[in-house]
Amino acid sequence: MPELSLQQALNTALRHACEDDDRVLIFGEDVGTLGGVFRVTDGLQDKFGEHRVFDTPLAESAIMGMSVGLAMAGWRPVPEIQFDGFSYPAIDQIVNQVARMHYRSRGALGMPITLRLPSFGGIRAPEHHGESLESLFAHVPGLKVVSPSGAAEGYHLLRQAIADPDPVIFMEPKSRYWQREDFDPAQPVEALPVGRSRVVRPGKHATLIAWGAMVSRCQQVAELAAEDGVELEVLDLRWLKPIDADGLAESVSRTRRAVVVHEAPLTAGLGGEVSALISERCFGDLRAPVQRVAGFDVPYPSGALEDEYLPNVDRVLTAVQTALEYRRG
Amino acid sequence: MDADLRELFRLMVVTRRLDEEATALQRQGVLPAYAPVRGQEAAQIGSAAALALDRDFAFPTYRELGAAVAMGVDPVAYLAMHLNIWHGGLYDANASRLAPPNAVVGGPVLHAVGWAMGAKLDGTGGAALTYFGDGASSQGDIHEAMNFAGVYRLPVVFFCQNNGWAISLPTGDQVAGGSVAARAAGYGFEGLQVDGNDVTAVFEATKQALERARSGEGPALIEAMTYRLGPHSTSDDPSRYRSAEEERARAEQDPIALAKNSLTTEEITSAEQHAAAVVATTTEGLRALQPPPGDELFSFVYREPTAALLAQHRAWKESQDA
Repeated sequence: MPELSLQQALNTALRHACEDDDRVLIFGEDVGTLGGVFRVTDGLQDKFGEHRVFDTPLAESAIMGMSVGLAMAGWRPVPEIQFDGFSYPAIDQIVNQVARMHYRSRGALGMPITLRLPSFGGIRAPEHHGESLESLFAHVPGLKVVSPSGAAEGYHLLRQAIADPDPVIFMEPKSRYWQREDFDPAQPVEALPVGRSRVVRPGKHATLIAWGAMVSRCQQVAELAAEDGVELEVLDLRWLKPIDADGLAESVSRTRRAVVVHEAPLTAGLGGEVSALISERCFGDLRAPVQRVAGFDVPYPSGALEDEYLPNVDRVLTAVQTALEYRRG
Repeated sequence: MDADLRELFRLMVVTRRLDEEATALQRQGVLPAYAPVRGQEAAQIGSAAALALDRDFAFPTYRELGAAVAMGVDPVAYLAMHLNIWHGGLYDANASRLAPPNAVVGGPVLHAVGWAMGAKLDGTGGAALTYFGDGASSQGDIHEAMNFAGVYRLPVVFFCQNNGWAISLPTGDQVAGGSVAARAAGYGFEGLQVDGNDVTAVFEATKQALERARSGEGPALIEAMTYRLGPHSTSDDPSRYRSAEEERARAEQDPIALAKNSLTTEEITSAEQHAAAVVATTTEGLRALQPPPGDELFSFVYREPTAALLAQHRAWKESQDA
């Protein structure tokens, strides 16, 4: 089986999407000639032509506003905003227009738009290049939000997002772009429905819940814990909206303890929503309060302090220990 | 189609009388609020009447009753927005070729640019006509839209209704550089000012711009100089920011009065009779409109509702039945 990086898997997914549906358009800053700053769109303009894969002027609001008009004209836009922090200039179009046009038009105007958004931290990038905006987008009615944890997930989730009739914010974990895994896009795999999570490591003592780059961190934690006889289940949430409340409940009702891990700041982060869903559905089963390991409530720091900010193995292990040792007063 | 002043006049009178009726219905408490178009009929009718509805598409903001009338949109379905029935009105955007109304005044201008790119890629020969005002001309989205349209040479006509006032701010305090039209030069396409109270002039200017756009000659910007004779909305009090003298002077340029100079008494009477009939039907239709069923709270958010929405819908239903 070939080894593919997330970047290669996403590139393959875009290529296959263009081949399967001639209404798919790929555009954004530097996605054409250059192939994207992360090379995710490498070679696609050569293959599909400048009318299917094209560069835009440097204006994020226009990229998303244009996507609305293209969707109205019957196209299936797959725009890229180059970095997470640069989606803010397009927030009006994303929130007020992309997310609402289907509703406003009583279903007449579908918005099958997939916004590819290189996201999260961990690559020593400048300011505005390391943001985690999932709770912001997940809060907006009309949007769907998804983040893959690796190459195989990246391929299938991007195909699924592009095929979806609703707008999807596709958050690509930058720190995973170059990580390889055994994966053959030609081989069929179990296709999970939109909104379904995946248990990537079974366990019985507690469930670690994560998405994007934090999934592999949680797998590292589970490896270490296993050396001490602690069997941690790792649940890759994948879809951040719609969120898999049933999947969360199924896992945590078995393990009875949950730790949710994300890069975004703690307060009003998606961990709060995950914690609430678990409490609502598993209150009787829980042996400890849901633990949250998250970024701090600070602006995303410079590279020098990045490792202090991001949830690391020790912080997750500490939270696991807290959950395991918790006794009702 | 050549300018047919009689037909354009009939559409203007329908718009004027509907506008008056909508304002009256607001005073009677039927419409919660309304944004009158009085004074802008020539700008809207003249431009929208130039559209080819089999190919083109128009993008309104929230004060485009005249454009809707000229495009043949059912006034009840359009005014349903002001009756607070549904944000986007009840008309079918695809069938009518008119996008849903938009309260974000710069936003839909970018949609027109995207739609125009889509039309160009499909080779439909259609053009987009996008409405905005002197106030919206300050929005960054307008700059981005015109720059994109200029770079890609897209078939889009930017139609600015400069009605003198953005709520309380006069154009002089809104627009730097002398005019909105002058900005087109910076994007590499033609910009022109037209007498926005002369319905024939607006029609001809828009028709030419649309024809050039359809034939691949790129975008254009038209600044129709007109005047909002009424308040910004039924909640507004223009006496706080402009003088009665100004309003009286501008009323002399009322587009309907100007058009009357070129029409016979019979033509004018016929137009009024037609408008009265449209108003009667519209009023009846508006009074008969029922609020949408509460279940529609949950409709249309996604193509298919999510599990969370289904659960919330069920909970809402149970609370209704309790």
